[in-house]
Order: sequence, then structure tokens, then C-alpha cells
Amino acid sequence: MTQSILIALGVLIVVLTVVAVFDLLPPLRIVPDVTHFDFTRFRRISFPISAALSILAIVLFFTHGLNFGIDFKGGTLLEVQSKSGSADIGAMRASLSNLGLGDIQLQQFGGPADVLIRVAEQPGGDAAQQAAVQKVRGALGDSVEYRRVEVVGPRVSGELLAYGMLGMMLAIFSILIYLWFRFEWQFALGAMIANVHDIVLTIGFMSISQVDFDLTSIAALLTILGYSLNDTVVIYDRIREMLRRYKKMPMPQLLNESINSTLSRSIITHVTVTLALLALLLFGGQAIHSFTAVMVFGALLVGTYTSIFIAAPILIYLGVGEHREAPDTPVKKPDTPAKK
Amino acid sequence: MLYFSRWKALAIILTAVIVCLFAVPNFFSQERVKTWPVWAQRHIVLGLDLQGGSYLLLEVDSNYVKKEKLDQVRDEVRRVLRDAKIGYTGLAVRADAVEVRVKESDQQAALTKLRELSQPLGGLLGSSGQRSLEVSDAGGGLFRLTVPQAAITERIRQTIEQSIQIVERRINELGTVEPLIQRQGTDRILVQVPGLQDPTDLKRILGQTAKMEFRMVDPSVSPDQVQSGRGVPADSEVLMSEQSPKVPYVIKRQVLVSGGDLTDAQPGFDQRTNEPIVNFKFNSSGSRKFAQATSENVGQPFAIVLDNKVISAPVIREPITGGQGQISGNFTVQAANELALLMRAGALPAPLTVIEERTVGPGLGQDSIEKGKLAAYVGSIMVIAFMLLTYRLFGVFANIAVAINVAMIFGILSLLNATLTLPGIAGVVLTVGIAVDSNVLIYERIREELRGGRNAISAIDAGFRRALATILDSNITTFIAAAVLFYIGTGPVRGFAVTLGIGIITTVFTAFTLTSLIVAGWVRWKRPKTVPI
Repeated sequence: MTQSILIALGVLIVVLTVVAVFDLLPPLRIVPDVTHFDFTRFRRISFPISAALSILAIVLFFTHGLNFGIDFKGGTLLEVQSKSGSADIGAMRASLSNLGLGDIQLQQFGGPADVLIRVAEQPGGDAAQQAAVQKVRGALGDSVEYRRVEVVGPRVSGELLAYGMLGMMLAIFSILIYLWFRFEWQFALGAMIANVHDIVLTIGFMSISQVDFDLTSIAALLTILGYSLNDTVVIYDRIREMLRRYKKMPMPQLLNESINSTLSRSIITHVTVTLALLALLLFGGQAIHSFTAVMVFGALLVGTYTSIFIAAPILIYLGVGEHREAPDTPVKKPDTPAKK
Repeated sequence: MLYFSRWKALAIILTAVIVCLFAVPNFFSQERVKTWPVWAQRHIVLGLDLQGGSYLLLEVDSNYVKKEKLDQVRDEVRRVLRDAKIGYTGLAVRADAVEVRVKESDQQAALTKLRELSQPLGGLLGSSGQRSLEVSDAGGGLFRLTVPQAAITERIRQTIEQSIQIVERRINELGTVEPLIQRQGTDRILVQVPGLQDPTDLKRILGQTAKMEFRMVDPSVSPDQVQSGRGVPADSEVLMSEQSPKVPYVIKRQVLVSGGDLTDAQPGFDQRTNEPIVNFKFNSSGSRKFAQATSENVGQPFAIVLDNKVISAPVIREPITGGQGQISGNFTVQAANELALLMRAGALPAPLTVIEERTVGPGLGQDSIEKGKLAAYVGSIMVIAFMLLTYRLFGVFANIAVAINVAMIFGILSLLNATLTLPGIAGVVLTVGIAVDSNVLIYERIREELRGGRNAISAIDAGFRRALATILDSNITTFIAAAVLFYIGTGPVRGFAVTLGIGIITTVFTAFTLTSLIVAGWVRWKRPKTVPI
């Protein structure tokens, strides 16, 4: 199965390369060469929507909460595979609930034989967690294969959470400082607002979908951050260039031109990253499933929306281009060739 | 941008080729690679999540270390005051301090003696001005000796260092492959054992301090008498037996010989009863002490005590002068093996607790590798196909650059002996997505410049020049995120940060050098009037 998929794809590549080299097909154009969407006008809609969504996400975070994985909550997680074909979750639950370990969750994971067992953190410190996992192993015995066992003690989980949060803040601030050096402070601030917006919405998504929030989620959040910034920086770069070149263009129009001229790049890059993420989501297995799911939501949906509808227009409110000349002076068409 | 001197071109190609070559050892088996020169042996290490194995994080019990330290101070105080013939009362450890009371007339002498116990921290090089002990006069002849935090931290550091040696010895005795044992933070030890499926035995072996003592059984009181309410003599204590049913013994506090005097211990079988036993040997001082003790106490029972539990309490039939002996305590073969191992490896200076454990079975690891590979292939091929469809000839250029890019990532990972984890594979796939972004940025810019009315060569040149600044800016921000992730992350997450970070570096490298080199070569060869982009 795997073999044939790969061979098919390999053949596809060879054919496409030949087609490409000998110019046998017209190039694929996803986005027309020149677009004139009025993106900035949407700021009157997009800002309230974003504000509402962010508030919703925060409310969700406090009411619904996040589904903290054992990395941050402490406790025990076992991934077991029944040796006799499909697993009898009912029987497993019955034998485990007699152990007096409090809340034990069992959940089918991947195939019919795979079961994920979560044991809540036991009172009594690190030694108690070890005793709990020993009891579970004892109760299940040799009827299953232990594919993964993770035990996180109370102190470690607290530290991991603290480090994770610290890391997020550290990342945001170091990027802020870098952008401040490279651009003006308004850009740095705009990027940071966009950033926080991304993270808040993604956390809202995690709250609704109740995916495990663990160390890999922090990795996903940081990648979303980096990726969304990547996008924002590309647009900002263009805005800066336009600001220098067209001294008299009014700000909303300038932003529109900047977004439009980078639009085909944004979309093509999104397609490539989507292809990569889809492959991970479909074939990467359960272990990185929640990681990629969060990335698809955060990087592709929220990140793109943020760069275009928040990060760019917010510059107007942050006072970029305030001292530009009056907009009623004739505006140069941006499509005229740049002077060399 | 489009002109490269011959030397520069050569340097770029050479760098890329050399970096890619470092990835070669990964395609050969471990045994094969071992026969190569050392510099060529570097290869990527698979993380525990891919090859299976156990990860344990152990923490030393710092309260125990602190208490031990205070007990030691108390004993020293007793010794010093006795030697100086100063009478004292109420010598004890009370709430993080050692307290002692002396008579009014002796106060000055006592203070001088006690101050002598305090030494500068950090030996001869100690410049911190910190001392190992602080003596304070609470008035009325009461002295309080406290151990400063710096001294306790120093003690914990030493304890960890000793513990690491013992842990290493114990794990190596288990015969595992390439275990990784290293210190983490100030009071923790990280243990990684690749391939270990069930860490139960490992945890049991590491969870014992294995303090071994040979002591006499106190014949003056029987355990039954103690249980019926009779007091235990001051120089004895009640210890329980190791094996169930738990039986109490009254054991003298004095230690005849301790585990530190052992030179060897091996499991074996008793020739008469055929039950598993442990044979042990003492060093010369241990032999001497043991010979003296056994010849003085023929006919009396003595006890072999491990971590304050009595393993066995045989009666001494004759003086044991050869420095050898055997322990028989109704062992199973496994228990005898373990005891011998613990006796050989020595005692831990303080108890260790497992505070984090992650074990991945070989089945899951193999599954993860296969799934990760499949996802990586499918993802890359789809991206490659899309680039070909969109940019045609320039898509071929981009794909060559991306292929070299990925090869370079693996080359650098090998060079660093870095660990590849499942999220790390995800990082590589994501890098492929981001790497083509640099090409997309360049190509879209070229197209824009062409629309702006430039001729082919000038458009290509301007496209590269303008896009590269953007590429640098956008990649540095992602790199900062990766760096932070590396700093805070452990295990699999760190693996992700490593591949993402390296991926960004190689992406910027290929965008600035290889992609432009390829396009420049094409321009020189074809002298194009139009750009098929």
C-alpha cells in the first residue's frame, strides 16, 4: 500500500518535471496576476469580529478550560495494545476501577486494539504516581502490549507548565524586540497584537475541541507564532517599501496595494504548507495528530486571516503614515514600473 | 546578484556537497559505520519516541541530604567538645539547626572550638566568603549551629555527582545498550535507556540506596519481649525483615563492617541446599574488622542489613577470617542477582525518587518511524508537484534547492549527533513547506518586476535582490521561536526545535546561494529574452 502510493507519486514527479522542463503545459495560476481587493475596508468588520472572537476564546478558556495533558496536570498515561485483537474496554475499565486510583479514563486510540488510559494524579507525591502505574501494570498484566507509559510527578508538571508559559512570553518579546530593530515600533506593536490574537484564538480552538494541551501544544503554538509572523513580516516588508516609494499614497490604499501585491505569494505558500500539514495530519499517525490539527487551525486559518485583516490595517490605528501628505494630491498608480 | 565568481560558485557547491555528505552514514548499518574513520561516524540519533526506550528523571531527596548534614554536624560537635573536655547538655538537631548548651565558665573555650568546625566553602579557591557552618551565640550558654544554604547546595551537588557514578555502575551492570546518564539542574539526574521496554526493574534498582551494614543482633531482649512492651536498649533498635512475613529483629546500632568495604559480590547457589545465595568479598580492612567481630562473637547471631531491613540473621559458627562470606536469605534467583548487583555498585549517598517517567515500546516507535516517513514522503512529493505545476522550469530549480536543503538538514543533524524525534520529522516536513516559501517569494517578485516592465535579466536580478531581504526578516522571526522552543523544551519537543532551527538556517543558505546560483547558471547558458515563470 505504502509502496504503491510512493511509486505513484514518484512517477507523477518525473512526469511533471518533464512537462515543466519542456514547457508542455501552461503554468498554474491560482491567483490572478493583478488583484485589487479592498482588504483594509474590512477592518471595520474584521476588528469587531476579532475582538468578539478573542473575548469568546477567553471566556471559553475560563469556563470550558483546556484539556490539560499529563505534562501539565501530572498523572499517568498508558497507551496499550490488546494482544488478542480488539480491546475490551469495558472489561479493562472494570478491572482498573477496582484499584482505588480515583478517576481513570479509557479511550479508544487509533485502531480497535489500542486503548489510551489516563490515571489522574495521585495524592501523596512522586512515589504515589509510581505506585499507581505499578498497580495498573499489575491489573492488566500480560494481556496487552505497553506501547507508551508516561508518568509525570506533581513537581515536574508544575515546572513544565511554568516553563511553557515563560517560553511563550520570551518568544513574543524577543520577536518584538527584533521587529523593533528592523522596523518601526508601530510595526513591532502591530505584529505583537496580531501574535497575541493568534494565540488567544488558537487557545480558544483548543478549548472547544478539547485536544490535549501538553508540551507538543506549546510547540505547536510557538510554531504558529513563528509562521504567522513570517507572513506578517512579508507584508510589513512590502508596506515599508511602499511607504518609501509612494510618499503621497493614502494609507488605506497603500496597505491594500501591499497586501494585494503579496497576495499570490501568501496563497501559494499557504498551499504548500497546507499540503505538508495535510500529509502529516493524514499519515503522521496519532502521536502528532493533535499537534498538526492545532497547526492547521492556528497557522493556516488564523495566521493568514491575522496577517491580512489585522496586522496590516492595525498600522493605521498605530499611526503609521500619519504625517503623509494630504491624500487629495494626485496619486501615482502603483502599477507603473519602479524607477531603477 | 546574478554574477558569481568561479571561486564563489565553487565554494557554495563545495559547502553544500560536504554538508550533504555528512548525512551518508545514516544510510548504512551501525556495524558498517563503526569500521569507518571516526570523523565519518557521526550520525543522527533516533529519539526514544522513535526507537523505543525509557526516560527517567530522578531527584535526590534534598531534605535527606540536609538532615544527614545536620546529623554530621551534631556528631562533630560531640567529638570536639569531648576532646576539649567541655561539659555540655541538650545536644540535638532542632529545626534546621544543631543546638548545644555549655556551662557559663566554658563558653569562650566552647565558642572557639565550635568556630574551628566552620571552614570556607569551595576549598582553597573559595572566594565567596561563605562558610560551611555558622555558629551563633543565643545567650545563656546556648549555641546554635546552622548550615548556610550555599553549603547545603554544595553538598547536594556533591551528592548528585556521587549518585551519578553509582547510577552509572548499576545501569551498566544491567547490560543495557548506550544508556545516557546526565545531571539535570542542581538536584536531578536524567537517565535514558534506549530499547528498555519495562523500566520496573530499573526503577527498583535505582530506587534503593542499598546501604549495606553488618551488625550484631542484640541478645539481651527478644523481639517478642519488645512487642509485649519492654523497652529497647539505647544502643539497639528494632528492624524488620526484608522478606514477608515481616519479622522484627532487635539489632545493635553499632556497625561492624559497612558496604563500603566490599570489593565484590556475585550471585551463586548453595552447594548443599541449591538455593540462590550471594557470595561477597571484603577488602583488607573489611576482612580484618569482620574477622575480629566474628571471632569475638562465635555462637551469636549477626545481621546483614540493607536499607534498614534485615536480609538475614545467621548465627556465627566460627570466626570468618578469609574476608569472604555468603548471604542466604531465601532468595529467588532474580533477587540474588539484584542484591549482588547493588552490593557491587555501592550505596547511593541519598535516596533518589523518580519524578518523571516516559517509556515507549518498540512497537510504537517502529510505527512512528513508518508513519513519519510516509507523511514526510507524501508531503514533500505533493509540495514538489505543486511547485512544478506552478512555476514549471523554475519549479524544477526550486525542487533541486529543496532537495539539497533537506539533505543538508540531515547532514547537519548528523554532524551535531542530534536526536531525531517524531515531532522532529514533522519539523522537517514543515521546513519543506517553509523552504519553498523562499522560492515563492523570489519568483513572485520576479513576476512582479516583469509586469512592471523590466526585461528578463533585470527582473530576475531585482526579484532576487528584493526578496532576499524579506526572506531574511521572515526567517529570523521563525528562528527566534525555534530557539526559545529549544531552550524550554525537553525530549521530543526539543527535537522539533532542532530540526526547525536547522531547517531555517539551511533554507536561508540555499535561498541566498544555491537558488541564485542555479538561476544564474541558467541565465548565462540560455541568455533568455523572456522568463518562463
